[in-house]
Amino acid sequence: MLENDVLEIAGRKIRSRLFVGTGKYAGIQQMKDAFEAAGAQVVTVAVRRVNISDRSRESMLDAIDSSKYILLPNTAGCYTAEDAIRYARLAREAGLSHWVKLEVIGDERTLYPDNEALLEATRVLVKEGFVVLPYTSDDPVVARKLEDLGAAAVMPLGAPIGSGLGIQNPNNIRIIKEMARVPVIVDAGVGTASDAAVAMELGCDAVLMNTGIAGAQDPVRMAEAMGLAVKAGRLAYLAGRIPRKSYAAASSPTEGMLAK
Amino acid sequence: MQITINGESKSVPDAVTVAELVRILDLKKERVAVEVNRNIVARREWDGVLLHPGDRLEIVHFVGGG
Repeated sequence: MLENDVLEIAGRKIRSRLFVGTGKYAGIQQMKDAFEAAGAQVVTVAVRRVNISDRSRESMLDAIDSSKYILLPNTAGCYTAEDAIRYARLAREAGLSHWVKLEVIGDERTLYPDNEALLEATRVLVKEGFVVLPYTSDDPVVARKLEDLGAAAVMPLGAPIGSGLGIQNPNNIRIIKEMARVPVIVDAGVGTASDAAVAMELGCDAVLMNTGIAGAQDPVRMAEAMGLAVKAGRLAYLAGRIPRKSYAAASSPTEGMLAK
Repeated sequence: MQITINGESKSVPDAVTVAELVRILDLKKERVAVEVNRNIVARREWDGVLLHPGDRLEIVHFVGGG
């Protein structure tokens, strides 16, 4: 039922609506197995210094088949627009991809985005030809401003990064989706399969997660659950749910009952 | 000559190019990006860029992240 339901971002067709991170896995094989189980196509990566004294940990991502997966570099750990722009440019140079998951963090404890700096970095990077996917708070006004600046998608958080709290403000996510002309991807906060399903049932175009899978006791099994939940949520959204009612409506006929 | 790579002081041959340095460090050239004194050096320019004593390099690659 979902074969022709393809997500398109900046002209690129993406068949899987579950985007996954590459951090926190116990090992490369577990990560690859999780990607397979999730049916993921877009995978995020971070940009960091090469360890020139100890090269043993160097090849983590050489294991990822770039013909099979779309690598989406992030600017995680950046606290200023200037830093995020610098990391995005380095990522483009390292990976020859001009896509970036743009993060500008404003607070260490919540990892909430600094939206002012995010808007500034988006403006600069869009001008430089980047396909910018900004990680933002669940604020419809900021989402609209990002879109107006040329963001290729907007990625509101469901809850703080790594918190596993699920979608804290479903109404805002729904409003962001209703107002947006670009894809909306819930990024961060998903703790279990039902959270991912909720995001998709709200009409979002995709869900991005890392800790929700990698931090589970059995990451590969959770990856499969997340893949199914994203599909289930998407199908339910497309199918159109029934309206909520306060009182019961019988499913069986009220006529044809036996005489008392 | 001494240069700084990723915050560590390193001794490298005089007048080495970025391309030669990447080879000396045994890095996969398709996987790394190089900044010299805060300016990115595009891969196609590596052969032509000579390093100087005291240059500060950042060499980055992709690691796991969300």
